[in-house]
Amino acid sequence: MSRPFVRLELWILRHLEALFGTLRDLLRRPLASLMTATVIGIALALPTGLYLLLGNLQRIATGWDATPRISLFLHQEVTDEQATRLAASLRGRTGAATVQLITKEEALAEFTNYSGFGDALKALDQNPLPAVLVVQPQSSDPQAAEVLLDKLKSLPEVEQAQLDMAWLKRLHAVMAVGQQAVLVLAGLLGAAVLLVIGNTIRLTIQNRRDEVVVLKLIGGSDAFIRRPFLYTGLWYGLLGGSLALALVHGSIYLLAEPIDRLAILYSSAFRLSGPDTIASLTVLGSGIGLGWVGAWLAVGRHLREIEPS
Amino acid sequence: MIRFVDVTKRYPNGYEALSGVSFHLEQGEMAFLTGRSGAGKSTLLKLIALIERASTGQVLVGGQNLAKLARRRIPELRRRIGVVFQDHRLLFDRTVYHNVALPLVIAGFTHQETAKRVRAALDKVGLLHREKAYPVTLSGGEQQRVGLARAVVNRPSLLLADEPTGNLDPELSREVFGLFRAFNQVGVTVLVATHDLSLIEELPYRTLTLEEGRLIAGADRPATTEVTP
Repeated sequence: MSRPFVRLELWILRHLEALFGTLRDLLRRPLASLMTATVIGIALALPTGLYLLLGNLQRIATGWDATPRISLFLHQEVTDEQATRLAASLRGRTGAATVQLITKEEALAEFTNYSGFGDALKALDQNPLPAVLVVQPQSSDPQAAEVLLDKLKSLPEVEQAQLDMAWLKRLHAVMAVGQQAVLVLAGLLGAAVLLVIGNTIRLTIQNRRDEVVVLKLIGGSDAFIRRPFLYTGLWYGLLGGSLALALVHGSIYLLAEPIDRLAILYSSAFRLSGPDTIASLTVLGSGIGLGWVGAWLAVGRHLREIEPS
Repeated sequence: MIRFVDVTKRYPNGYEALSGVSFHLEQGEMAFLTGRSGAGKSTLLKLIALIERASTGQVLVGGQNLAKLARRRIPELRRRIGVVFQDHRLLFDRTVYHNVALPLVIAGFTHQETAKRVRAALDKVGLLHREKAYPVTLSGGEQQRVGLARAVVNRPSLLLADEPTGNLDPELSREVFGLFRAFNQVGVTVLVATHDLSLIEELPYRTLTLEEGRLIAGADRPATTEVTP
């Protein structure tokens, strides 16, 4: 084999030795290592959990039709036949995708069913509810919907017209806030992970002060002395990331049943979904990255302070 | 091999450990460095291994001016110098074998080459049978010999020793000095700081004497000293 290959092989070998050597060191004090990894795991699990919560909310939101609907409440005098004719004429109009008629009787039946005021309504002589036309605009663009709303409002049969979009807008606004909050939280907790790892590595360096001195005395380069500490940081990050995923999966497992029951009550097929492959890899990758960088920062600061004397 | 030109070392607190020291140690030469404690022996050795830097004057090792050596190049210098410390500076969580192997691991030798050289070095100091032992289980003399094996395992051209027999009885001291002589005989330049005057007198080597930071004897090589080419 030619020399460059031998050198490369040796280089890989040295790194593998550092990789597994540091793992051995961590396993030699399992409790201390586990505690550090758990702190990192919790710090990583929090933003991951929030992120998943948002993702699930988003799925619920898109499950509901995202396109706006216009509800036209007709005057009391308008009969069901007139309402049917109006619905048919609206269907022919441009701008309306579907038009659904809810007659007075249907409205009453629905209201009795869901409101629990059925008995009170029976006391009335006549049905107080108007017929309603639910119009779905062809375009989901809110502005086009508003134009259509204005046109429909001016129809003589219509008493009141309502665009059911405000709640959807609000939901999206809330989720945007949530997303921002996840980012801020992830940033803060990421910094916390950096500090935890940095501090742990600092202590490791202090504990191995004599070794660092000896290595420097016999000609160990900075890169050589730094290496095991960087790999220790990497392991802490990887273990922390794995624990974070375990915590998230555990939480989902605990929440799955109550959410199933809730979904059944809302006659929804919704199921809580966990992190996908990309999200899982991101959590592990962030752990590793933060571990490495945290260790690098600590090593850069503290290795220079230790000089043979 | 080592050349000091008017070297002064002053510490930040104003204490002058070395004052205007000049001498030249040739390649392949062996010499002793003596003086009372605090005379500057350790400081002089530290300047050679760049553990400290000279305040003024020039220190040249192997023709290289150490004042011009950047911090990141120091490891290369130290790899060419074997150092034996009075307190051995062994790592107690590693076996004798792994202690001796450290300089080779740092230098990036293969496992086979490392094993070969470590065993050769341990064999030379007579501790091959203790390679799997931990340093705490060794006697002081044995620990010192492990330190010596570690210092020579990378075949340095220069061997420095700071009070290597400080904690040893005369018998063991004589043994350790015998090892230095053996290394010198295969071409290694050796500088040993010691206050073991009775031993020095037995041996035919130049003696540099320090007193309060000044070199008062031995600056020039007497014609009678041996130099192994």
